Amino acid sequence: MSTTVDTTAATAAPKERTPLRPARVLLHVFLAGMALAWLGPLLWALYAAMRPYGETSEKGYVSWPDKLSFDNFTNAFTQSDMTHYFLNTLIVAVPAVLVTLFLSSMVAFYVSRFDFRVNIFLLLVFTAGNLLPQQVIITPLYRLYLLIDLPGITMSGKLYDSALGLVLIHVAFQSGFCAFVLSNYMRSLPHELTEAALVDGASVWRLYWQIVLPLCKPAMAALGTLLSIWIYNDFFWALVLISTGENMPITSALNNLSGQYFTDPNLVAAGALLTAIPTLVVYFALQRQFVSGLTLGANKG
Amino acid sequence: MTTTPTESPEAATPPPGSGPAAKTAKAAKVPRGHRRLLTRRDRLTLGLMAGLPTILHVALVWVTAFASIALAFTTWDGIGFDSIKWVGFDNFKELFTNNPQFWPAVEHNIIWFVALILIPTPLGLFLAVQLDKQIRFSRVYQTAFFLPVVMSLAVIGFVWQLIYNPDTGLINSLIGANEPGHYIDWIGDPDLNLWAILIAASWRHAGYMMILYLAGLKGVDPSLREASALDGANEWQTFKNVIFPTLRPTNTVVLVVTIIEALRAFDLVFVFNKGAEGTELLSILVTNNIIGESSRIGYGSAIAVVLLVISLVVIIPYLIATFRKERRA
Repeated sequence: MSTTVDTTAATAAPKERTPLRPARVLLHVFLAGMALAWLGPLLWALYAAMRPYGETSEKGYVSWPDKLSFDNFTNAFTQSDMTHYFLNTLIVAVPAVLVTLFLSSMVAFYVSRFDFRVNIFLLLVFTAGNLLPQQVIITPLYRLYLLIDLPGITMSGKLYDSALGLVLIHVAFQSGFCAFVLSNYMRSLPHELTEAALVDGASVWRLYWQIVLPLCKPAMAALGTLLSIWIYNDFFWALVLISTGENMPITSALNNLSGQYFTDPNLVAAGALLTAIPTLVVYFALQRQFVSGLTLGANKG
Repeated sequence: MTTTPTESPEAATPPPGSGPAAKTAKAAKVPRGHRRLLTRRDRLTLGLMAGLPTILHVALVWVTAFASIALAFTTWDGIGFDSIKWVGFDNFKELFTNNPQFWPAVEHNIIWFVALILIPTPLGLFLAVQLDKQIRFSRVYQTAFFLPVVMSLAVIGFVWQLIYNPDTGLINSLIGANEPGHYIDWIGDPDLNLWAILIAASWRHAGYMMILYLAGLKGVDPSLREASALDGANEWQTFKNVIFPTLRPTNTVVLVVTIIEALRAFDLVFVFNKGAEGTELLSILVTNNIIGESSRIGYGSAIAVVLLVISLVVIIPYLIATFRKERRA
């Protein structure tokens, strides 16, 4: 293969397009084929979701369509009152993302600016906690949530089966990752910045709120995008910590909803795709943030 | 990064020794300077800023993790603390010798890891290497491969059911196995279902690995590649001898992420068949013990402890190595 030459030519003069070589064409064919195969399951779900149930049950799923429409989507949406479940998600996800960013940026500020010895220990605790499988802590957590009485504060009167409970565990679990990423980011900011402000008599809080935090906007945006998608996609916490089907966020509710349209796979497909839409919108709108958030943790910030 | 995490549940990934070297060295000195300038109110603010998040995290994550360990040696009906009884290793004995689901679950978790590391991980690396070649439409391809990583595992479970469903699914419709009597039950058959689910899991994992490797490849010095080409190495030799060795930090992250993902595997299986025969996993056993009819707190905790021990064996050496490198820097 002559692609080695290709690579060096490309690195030497990236602006100039190298003439198409057979190897390059082959590579494009391969990648396009793979990409299509990768989209295949989703396209198949979309195809099934756009066909009426009567038609597919008569002609089979692998058949030419007579009629394509979005009826299944509207039906799935209204029949199962999806707005309600989307709102449930919103009530959990928005506070959880904001509080996680707020708390983890404070920890990051402290460890990156003030105490380097505690820094490592604290970060170790936070990151290790974030890497644990959720099932390790779920049994005692479930009991704890049942034991904590909050009459008048949550609908259920307990931490169990409440949006507050979900927000708390999301914040506690995700702040580990965020504190780690943010502290690395903050450490790369020049120290003279905060030092000068301290000499001028600025309070620690001003230092954090008016100097350091505004400089962390790119990292915060990336983490915010990542957290929104993770928390939106959470299935497990709500499955165990919410007992009332009505209170479930959309991703976990999907499991029950699919039971409602059990005889109609087309409707299930439509419901599942509707659930995926918000994440896809966020992903396409903020792809750069999402990817950089993910790799921020895995590589140098 | 699981996370997804997460994942998220996605496995979150701390960096393998990051932190700009020069600044870190300086940071070790500066704090003392900062310290002296602090007023009492500042110290209080700082204490709260570090303390409150730490208390929340420790209370909900670490206290519960240690409670898992403690409860694993007891029986408890969950009503009142008086009924907690110390039973020593009874729960573990019963788990290891008397639970027909336990050893299959351990085996499936291991298979999950081996499958992910052998198939989608190298595939992700391969795709990343191809996409790193300054190729046209690279972003389009990346978007396609990465799309499954953005979607929730629950949605992925439903999407793949449309492919595996015995009578209405794509595969059986294509091969004519969708007639009664000819069904191939991809979801129910204990010999098939784990592999069917692993294909769906790999579909997602490959894109995740691709992104991690792409980021790693961006950090490879282009002059290395040029030098290797000038020496007359072909593409494979360059990759094997030059590129892959420099990807070592990324490989570590990938390994840890894959192990954590294998231990966390839950959503997909739960949506598929709730962990029926053939797809038992440790995470499923723990969960079924809570939301199932006969909740046995001590016993469920014992399973969680097995999961915890395996996780810590991976997490602790990894984090210690990461942080030590950082401190040295």
